[in-house]
Amino acid sequence: MTADLLAYDDVVEAFDPVLGLEVHVELGTASKMFCGCSTTFGAPPNTQVCPTCLGLPGSLPALNAVAVESAMKIGLALNTQVADWCRFARKNYFYPDMPKNFQTSQYDEPICFDGWLDVDLETPEGVQRHRIAIERAHMEEDTGKSSHVGGATGRIHGADYSLVDYNRAGIPLIEIVTKPIEGTGRYAPEVARAYVTALRDILRGLGVSDVKMEQGSLRCDVNVSLRASRDGAYGTRSETKNVNSLRSVERAVRYEMQRQAAVLSSGGRVVQETRHWHEDTGLTTPGRSKEQAEDYRYFPEPDLVPIAPSREWVDKLRAELPEPPRLHRKRLQEAWGLSDLEMAAVVNAGALTPIEQTVAAGASVAGARKWWLGELARVANERGLAVDELPISVADVARVEALVGDGRINDKLARQVIEGVLAGQGSPDDVVAARGLEVVSDDAALGAAVDAAIAANEDIADKVRGGKVAAAGALVGAVMKETRGQADAAKVRELILAKLGQA
Amino acid sequence: MPSITRAEVEHLARLARIDLTDDELDHFAGQLDVIIGAVAKVAEVAAEDVPPMSHPEPLTNVFRADEVRPGLTPEQALSGAPAVEDQKFRVPRILGEEP
Amino acid sequence: MSDLTRMTAAELAAAVASGETSAVEVTQAHLDRIEAVDERVHAFLHVDTDGALSAAKAVDAARAAGEQLGSLTGVPLALKDVLTMEGIPTTCGSRVLDGWRPPYDATVTRRLRDAGVVILGKTNMDEFAMGSSTEHSAYGPSHNPWDLTRIPGGSGGGSAAAVAAYEAPLAIGTDTGGSIRQPAAVTGTVGVKPTYGGVSRYGLVALASSLDQAGPCARTVLDAALLHAVIAGHDPLDSTSLDAPVPPVVEAARQADVRGMRIGLVKELSGEGYQAGVEQRFREAVGLLEEMGVETVDVSCPHFPYALAAYYLVLPSEASSNLAKFDGMRYGLRSGDDGSRSVEEVMALTREAGFGAEVKRRIILGTYALSSGYYDAYYGQAQKVRTLIARDFAAAFEQVDVLLSPTAPTTAFLLGDKLDDPLAMYLNDIATIPANLAGNPGLSLPAGLAPEDGLPVGLQVMAPALADDRLYRLGAALEAALLDRWGHLLIEEAPAL
Repeated sequence: MTADLLAYDDVVEAFDPVLGLEVHVELGTASKMFCGCSTTFGAPPNTQVCPTCLGLPGSLPALNAVAVESAMKIGLALNTQVADWCRFARKNYFYPDMPKNFQTSQYDEPICFDGWLDVDLETPEGVQRHRIAIERAHMEEDTGKSSHVGGATGRIHGADYSLVDYNRAGIPLIEIVTKPIEGTGRYAPEVARAYVTALRDILRGLGVSDVKMEQGSLRCDVNVSLRASRDGAYGTRSETKNVNSLRSVERAVRYEMQRQAAVLSSGGRVVQETRHWHEDTGLTTPGRSKEQAEDYRYFPEPDLVPIAPSREWVDKLRAELPEPPRLHRKRLQEAWGLSDLEMAAVVNAGALTPIEQTVAAGASVAGARKWWLGELARVANERGLAVDELPISVADVARVEALVGDGRINDKLARQVIEGVLAGQGSPDDVVAARGLEVVSDDAALGAAVDAAIAANEDIADKVRGGKVAAAGALVGAVMKETRGQADAAKVRELILAKLGQA
Repeated sequence: MPSITRAEVEHLARLARIDLTDDELDHFAGQLDVIIGAVAKVAEVAAEDVPPMSHPEPLTNVFRADEVRPGLTPEQALSGAPAVEDQKFRVPRILGEEP
Repeated sequence: MSDLTRMTAAELAAAVASGETSAVEVTQAHLDRIEAVDERVHAFLHVDTDGALSAAKAVDAARAAGEQLGSLTGVPLALKDVLTMEGIPTTCGSRVLDGWRPPYDATVTRRLRDAGVVILGKTNMDEFAMGSSTEHSAYGPSHNPWDLTRIPGGSGGGSAAAVAAYEAPLAIGTDTGGSIRQPAAVTGTVGVKPTYGGVSRYGLVALASSLDQAGPCARTVLDAALLHAVIAGHDPLDSTSLDAPVPPVVEAARQADVRGMRIGLVKELSGEGYQAGVEQRFREAVGLLEEMGVETVDVSCPHFPYALAAYYLVLPSEASSNLAKFDGMRYGLRSGDDGSRSVEEVMALTREAGFGAEVKRRIILGTYALSSGYYDAYYGQAQKVRTLIARDFAAAFEQVDVLLSPTAPTTAFLLGDKLDDPLAMYLNDIATIPANLAGNPGLSLPAGLAPEDGLPVGLQVMAPALADDRLYRLGAALEAALLDRWGHLLIEEAPAL
């Protein structure tokens, strides 16, 4: 089911895109929104449930204080107002992954509203700053997870039946909704991506979520519409659900612009509907149309009392906000002594936070940059992941760098260690031990290898003895060859010079 | 003119996921018309400047500490389930999509 | 030893504590009584013989070990089937919960167990507490012990009938629009709806969350107070639970001191629709209070006439959402799952098969009232009326300490009389609903028998929020005065079963 697409240049020639982004972030609280069940990802099915999150008759919600505070922090970091008084509401709909058949959410009284986030975008014409207006950030609960059995593999359509695991039901979510984003022109896809990236950086900086898109802790719905001109009325929009990687956000916006433009150009009308994003094909397919839209019968949640954050509470949270990522970047650039170009490389590689954290874990700036922009960036690119989505922790990278610094491994071995960690073979030390990668630093063993190299290359040894220290490089090379690269070159050099009277 | 028609009752029953029979639809349409006629009396009260009361008590800011508490075992959780497979609730095939 | 089933809860607790009798003897006597009469009364949906006896044994063992016993330790109780009790069937009077055994205790259940109260079993009720007669129970109606052809009130008719028929000295009811007080009125017993938030709703299967409140059913005001004190108090599992000291209800019931109290008679809760004998007994009781030196004042609550309409918008709206979870996916009945039908069809078939007519009517009504386009006119406006009713109460309580009215407009009607006339059925709660809408506490106690039919009449006392003790002060004083006049409790005039 491939829709007609209009060439992108023609799209931006004829139409002006308007975007809207709805981001759902799963908070990293220890317990769920309304009960004391754990939120740990990946537990066996239905092991993190209780009467409340299973929606058993008689159960009641009790609101998680940290979730409320996290929601306010997110709002404040996005320059929003915090409501003086707000309530939860019930959104009523029947669906098997929703145990109560209503979602406890916020409707017309979000806890945070009216904010903005500045996003800088590098373009061939220079850096563009887009101020993204934030409509609201509100609290709600996640649903359970269904898997589908029979029919086409794992797909809901054509399945014989489904199985539901409620571990995820009730995990706190914050939904962040933008106002319509105008004026992006041809850069709409990049702006969408940059916004989600900036939002992710802010959420991570706040420490309120692990923001792992691949695990669904950050999920994005993308609204796109086209209009004939910048001052024209908005066109009909589509809402593409569950676009769950940064790259896909960009692709989905571009695809929808091209698809809608093709429809409009051929005299058709865009249908207001939800659409499904297909990561594998890069296509969207139609879902529910507006005519089929549910009537959610929202009303104030009677089981939870209103929230009225005091001014003192809000002020305290505002005072404790971390530095905004944009300013933070500027400060780091100065501290690290990087040029604009070098810093841009770090940011564009998505490696800022990993490098910062690796440095915090004890590595040098140069060492951290070397791995995150080098080997790790290469592997991430190969795998189509962001660098921080790789299965290696900053502590692991700092440890690799420490091993190099201690002379226990060299850069070549370090790459093998990283490969092992990425392959799930354990910590860097585990990989070193398991693969026997440690450089030969045992003096006796090295000494024997050095003696052999000297004996085999007496002419060169004589030159070194005669003061031509530079000639020692050939001897070092011989030793390294002999030890298949597992020797610490600096150490070898030191030994050779000592034995030849040049230390 | 009735305040609620049979077709409306049918629509509401669909929203409420109740597969009413034709007889029930006929019967309820008449009864609901009478009831809605009676409850419409609330409109007689002039209350434009009156705040709505959703909770009969003046509480605000009731929170729980973010602490993990023991819940149910999977056996307890699934004990009432009409169908179970792989420690999950087995449900018939899902046609509609998630809102 | 006199008949154990005729004793009050206070007397039974004292007898168990003193060793005059044992908890097992007391429990067995009530189980025997249930065995003897419940086939006719049908107060119980489930009798937990083994659990009750084992709880009684534990009480006796604790006493033997010299442990301090509480005010109701060893006293049997009947629990309305709308509160969960781990491992014991909880149906809410509905087919949709057929066979469900909850894996957890309601907070009320937990507090009863902790207090050494012996839970005999679960009592009958209108399905999901929707009704005023128990005729909407999927398991057949309960019968009024005064006249088995009549209704015992509802929704908590089973709890009231169990107490009136001496099957239990105490019961727990829940009151959303009068479901404790109206059954108490028509069975000649005492029933109290505490202040909203006074008793935890955790484990109470919700009908209308902003109205529901569990409370005591008993044959005397003191027994009700003792039970109230055991179940009340803050519960972090219920966010609407009040974090305030439990009002001194037991002291109030013991002191029964009404000196200096001012009483308001609610003008709007009398007149048209109220049976003559009900009004007569009510006025006589007021006269008796005046003789005791209580000052009475006529007060007007001008928005009370709108309470019924507001209630039948708020309740169905909340209920339509609360009852959405009964869909056959996680527990209870599943209907029509033949392997070919979709989940949407199976949910709709399950709800069609599992719910009775009244539940379906109210779900449809609530779905209507909340649907877009109607919300403001119905649900929104009803919530404003709630505010006005709360203001009426507040204004009245500036003049008086408590408000008085008949509990129900009529005595017990015949089974079947109003079964398919919802509006006529709804009118039974006309005097009790205002307290639910505003969150105020209310108590019903027997005021005598209506001359025209010889059936019990209830008198309702209402107090400001968290002043539940006033209910007991006045209730106990009036009860004592009536006892003086009659020489016995009204319930003792009920025909033998």
